[in-house]
Amino acid sequence: MTRPLILAALFAAPALAEPTPADVQKQMQRDFHPRGQATMERLAQDGVQRVCTETRDRPPAQVAKALEADQMKTIAFPEGSLMGDWKRGEAIAQSGRGMTWNDKPGDAAGGSCYNCHQLSPKELSYGTIGPSLQGFGKTRGTSAEVQRYVFGKIYNAKAYNLCSQMPRLGASGTLTPEQIKDLVGLLLDPASPVNQ
Amino acid sequence: MKPIALLAALALTGAAQAQDTAKEIQRYRQMIAEGSPVELFEFAGEELWKRPQGPSNVSLEKCDLGRGPGVLKGAYARLPRYFKDADRVMDLETRLLHCMTTLQGRSEKDAAARVFGTADRPAEMESLSAYIAAQSRGMKLDPGVSHPKEKQSIELGRALYFQRAGAWDFSCASCHGEEGKRIRMQDLPVLYKPQFARPVIASWPAYRLSTSGFITLQWRMNDCYRQMRTPEPNFGSDTTVALIHFMTVTARGETYRGPGNKR
Repeated sequence: MTRPLILAALFAAPALAEPTPADVQKQMQRDFHPRGQATMERLAQDGVQRVCTETRDRPPAQVAKALEADQMKTIAFPEGSLMGDWKRGEAIAQSGRGMTWNDKPGDAAGGSCYNCHQLSPKELSYGTIGPSLQGFGKTRGTSAEVQRYVFGKIYNAKAYNLCSQMPRLGASGTLTPEQIKDLVGLLLDPASPVNQ
Repeated sequence: MKPIALLAALALTGAAQAQDTAKEIQRYRQMIAEGSPVELFEFAGEELWKRPQGPSNVSLEKCDLGRGPGVLKGAYARLPRYFKDADRVMDLETRLLHCMTTLQGRSEKDAAARVFGTADRPAEMESLSAYIAAQSRGMKLDPGVSHPKEKQSIELGRALYFQRAGAWDFSCASCHGEEGKRIRMQDLPVLYKPQFARPVIASWPAYRLSTSGFITLQWRMNDCYRQMRTPEPNFGSDTTVALIHFMTVTARGETYRGPGNKR
């Protein structure tokens, strides 16, 4: 009589399974509420978010390649020069506004660039989560290929590095293509403070 | 103010050893010298703890924070933990909300209507947190880790820490994942590693100089999610409690020295 009971107890002991990203998403759906422009749909992970969560930002090379190719398709490259006004770009890089529940929908958003990157040498309050971009255009020039790379990277960083910590600023609807062109100007224009 | 503060310090430590009292006086002297208003929140919290409120018109003095009804000494250092009467893991603020609804008979809507205050008008929850946390000074952080629901909560917190979500694809680890990083000039502690979690968790809740307000861990979770561009987490939800629980467990064993001061 005791043996089956002991066995039953052994098997009944719940193995503590680590919650999967899907479990966590379900929990968050229960524990959050929409506010302002921040709707509940934002909690639903897309393929990129799920893979990067599951692999702790180290996706298998093949998976990364396939998903990066998908992300590349989201980028709408405008015709002509992609290099906008670096002065407007500097203001966009400084601004951390946009997409939060207390930002008014429709108000101009910023790129939060200085939160993570060093850019103009005049701005001493810069973050270090991303690489320093000081002097970015000096060695790279302003060729069409370089402009295209910078535009694309800001539009959707995940097309180039799947589990990058950088937001998909164009694909998420945070910045307009015009604003991204101004940021390209900030990074590449020889007159921009970034390249002084 | 000074003599009152000193007397209160003496009263709070009660019959504790003379050495502790001397240390406490030293701490108060230092705080007054530095001009930190943490003690003002502690006094306001004490008044709120003892003030009868709600349809039942009773105070919170019989609220059980885990060490028995009304026992405040060391209670904060042992949170979050599992509470049988609510059948869930609770942090300090969630437990206080529970006591406001069960003891005082207030609706959750009323009690949680204004949990984050301003410089001009601090929230009840903030002052109460200051008062209660202060009574765990010098004690080791010892959150619950053994009940199945506690284990579940810690695992959920860990998973939440790395969950990518929101319009900008962030997880907590996007900012608090690598050592030596900062946003603008703000250093970012890696809160899943004990050596970084310990000093940070041991100083919350805290007075914030830049906003002249008192901030709690529930506020911190809320404002991080705001900046992560997700919808808003419910106050005292399993999600916010699990994150606080996971980080406190990571800091386990550290001596509590808050309420602290933040920039």
